[in-house]
Amino acid sequence: MIRDYLLEEKLPLFWCAGCGNGIVLQALLRNIDKRGFTRENTVITTGIGCWGKADDYVTTNSFHGTHGRALPFSTGIKLANPDLHVFTLMGDGDGITIGGNHLIHAARRNVDLVAILVNNLNYGMTGGQYSGTTPKHAITKTSPYGHVENGFDVCRVVQAAGAPFVARGTVFDVVQLDKLIGKAIDHKGFSFVEVISPCPTHFGRSNKLGDAPKMMQWIKDNTVSREKAANMTAEELRGKFVTGIFEEREQEDYGTAYQKVIDSLKGGDRA
Amino acid sequence: MKKIEINYKWCKKCGICAAFCPKNVFDRDEDGKPSAARPADCIGCRLCEMRCPDFAVTVEEA
Repeated sequence: MIRDYLLEEKLPLFWCAGCGNGIVLQALLRNIDKRGFTRENTVITTGIGCWGKADDYVTTNSFHGTHGRALPFSTGIKLANPDLHVFTLMGDGDGITIGGNHLIHAARRNVDLVAILVNNLNYGMTGGQYSGTTPKHAITKTSPYGHVENGFDVCRVVQAAGAPFVARGTVFDVVQLDKLIGKAIDHKGFSFVEVISPCPTHFGRSNKLGDAPKMMQWIKDNTVSREKAANMTAEELRGKFVTGIFEEREQEDYGTAYQKVIDSLKGGDRA
Repeated sequence: MKKIEINYKWCKKCGICAAFCPKNVFDRDEDGKPSAARPADCIGCRLCEMRCPDFAVTVEEA
């Protein structure tokens, strides 16, 4: 039962009405439940931000780290005990803005863990300032006349950094999201899923996108599958969320490579 | 017929369940509070349950 992993006495959730975080948390817990992971062999680590509160609501082991540093903690946890199933939850402010350097290096190292970055296009918890994923021209508290910078395509960054599994979904298409998180869990190595999610309180209000259902509709209307996007121009893809699996390949993970070094030394092969 | 339960202690009246139900099973009152007004129309796709950001909706076989 999914409820076995939910710390019910902590509910209702802290997040605003219509925030997508709860949808992602539910999809994650459903996948953990489906695989029969236990509270004891599962660790959920978070950083700081709205999505960083997710660890408050789970019955599994959890670790609430510092801003942008969820991945270094996860890396340490996985290396210390490779038998654990490690999940790292980050927002766009936490994961790619404050902690962008950790994200690219965790992808490069290929530590065997699942990283879920919920992208709501702004810093929600601190009041709606722009983050590294805020699109050009978008209105935020710190770009009241329109943002002058371009936002990161997070999946391309992580892909370029060498992650063997990279995918993007949305909280609107929950069936696809379920499958993407499941595939990430089953893939050995650094498995990354970006989830596009609404922030009706800040990003939605600043950009006049309407209430939660209207923002969900906005996400739906601006979602393009990877297959369809392949035949579209850069101009046509501006402001669109391209979803699907961008990278899925076998590659020796950090733990396996490290164990080989340990084994070789135990065997007396050291020069 | 399906049994659709809404936990009003957790529901924040965001309206997502009602807006995207493919069979228009839900009604909302003037405060936005949802109720499963037409459970007989429910096909059990569970999209309301999966899209509820607050774990407030559950769909079960009655």
